[in-house]
Amino acid sequence: MVGIVIVSHSPKIAEGIRDLALEMAQGYEGLYCAAGLEDGTIGTDAVRIMEAIQDADAGDGVVVLADLGSGIMSAEMAIDMLDGSVKVQIADAPIVEGAILAAVEASAGGTFEHVLEETEKTRGLSKL
Amino acid sequence: MSTKVYDCISKIGDTIEENKDFLTDLDREIGDADHGVNMARGFHAVVEKIPKDDANIGAVLKKTGMTLLSTVGGASGPLYGTAYMEAGKVMAGKTEMTAEDFSAILKAAIAGIQKRGKAIRGEKTMLDALIPASEIFDEKIAGGSDIVTALNAACEEAEKGIEYTKTIRATKGRASYLGDRSIGHQDPGATSATLTLETIRDFLKEE
Repeated sequence: MVGIVIVSHSPKIAEGIRDLALEMAQGYEGLYCAAGLEDGTIGTDAVRIMEAIQDADAGDGVVVLADLGSGIMSAEMAIDMLDGSVKVQIADAPIVEGAILAAVEASAGGTFEHVLEETEKTRGLSKL
Repeated sequence: MSTKVYDCISKIGDTIEENKDFLTDLDREIGDADHGVNMARGFHAVVEKIPKDDANIGAVLKKTGMTLLSTVGGASGPLYGTAYMEAGKVMAGKTEMTAEDFSAILKAAIAGIQKRGKAIRGEKTMLDALIPASEIFDEKIAGGSDIVTALNAACEEAEKGIEYTKTIRATKGRASYLGDRSIGHQDPGATSATLTLETIRDFLKEE
């Protein structure tokens, strides 16, 4: 099953997104959060993101959703540090909508490519 | 007895701590008001974690980078983390640093920051201080200057780089959300990069 990692500066944001996404994908266990620093401070930590990707990986790949600029930068650094050991990509998608779509598709057993593609469809989503 | 590389990094930590509020205030103007606090938290962790007695400069720099990566929190974590890790690669296994080594460190750090931040010169970032500093450093060394003289020139160029960041609009990072309102403010990252260079210069001068 494809794993998902939510990267946010704020642990509360990440946990909230996880709760919201799992409402739509009950029983899915591949969703991990890497948010804030070890002491709970606002920020992103490339090492914790790397570990979350490893935890989320069940062999079928991991889709990462990240919030603002340095969250993306830390996620890219984490992926570089994994050095190809996990099939992983950052979805170019809004973090809330993307996470819900990713959880739905991953829990339904979609492939890595499918989950990523569906997740990225939320990018152009018009809200009104 | 601590090694020179430990002492130098510890001095950089002192400088960051002394300028913590200044850097955070600069970041309050055009960012999220955490640059000084973040960098100080990172360097506190670095000084605790790096070995005092390991003469392998590359290993100490690598550990510095890894620690910054996981303790700084903002974009400066991966950016400075990458810079120190790249510097560590240049110095792998070495116990002395020459002027040529420092030239290579600057170039490797800049290349790493550019790759990680996808930024170029002129976008109101630390590169606006580091790139001109690196260029003049190489020029001075090629002209026969010693490392401290070359670093003096590098620090002057970095200071000019800070002034230049006041005149331009940010197109990278949190400051880019402000558009033209970022003009008139100096870039916090260019400032901390310059403070780092100045500390290294002062450290080498005292030797």
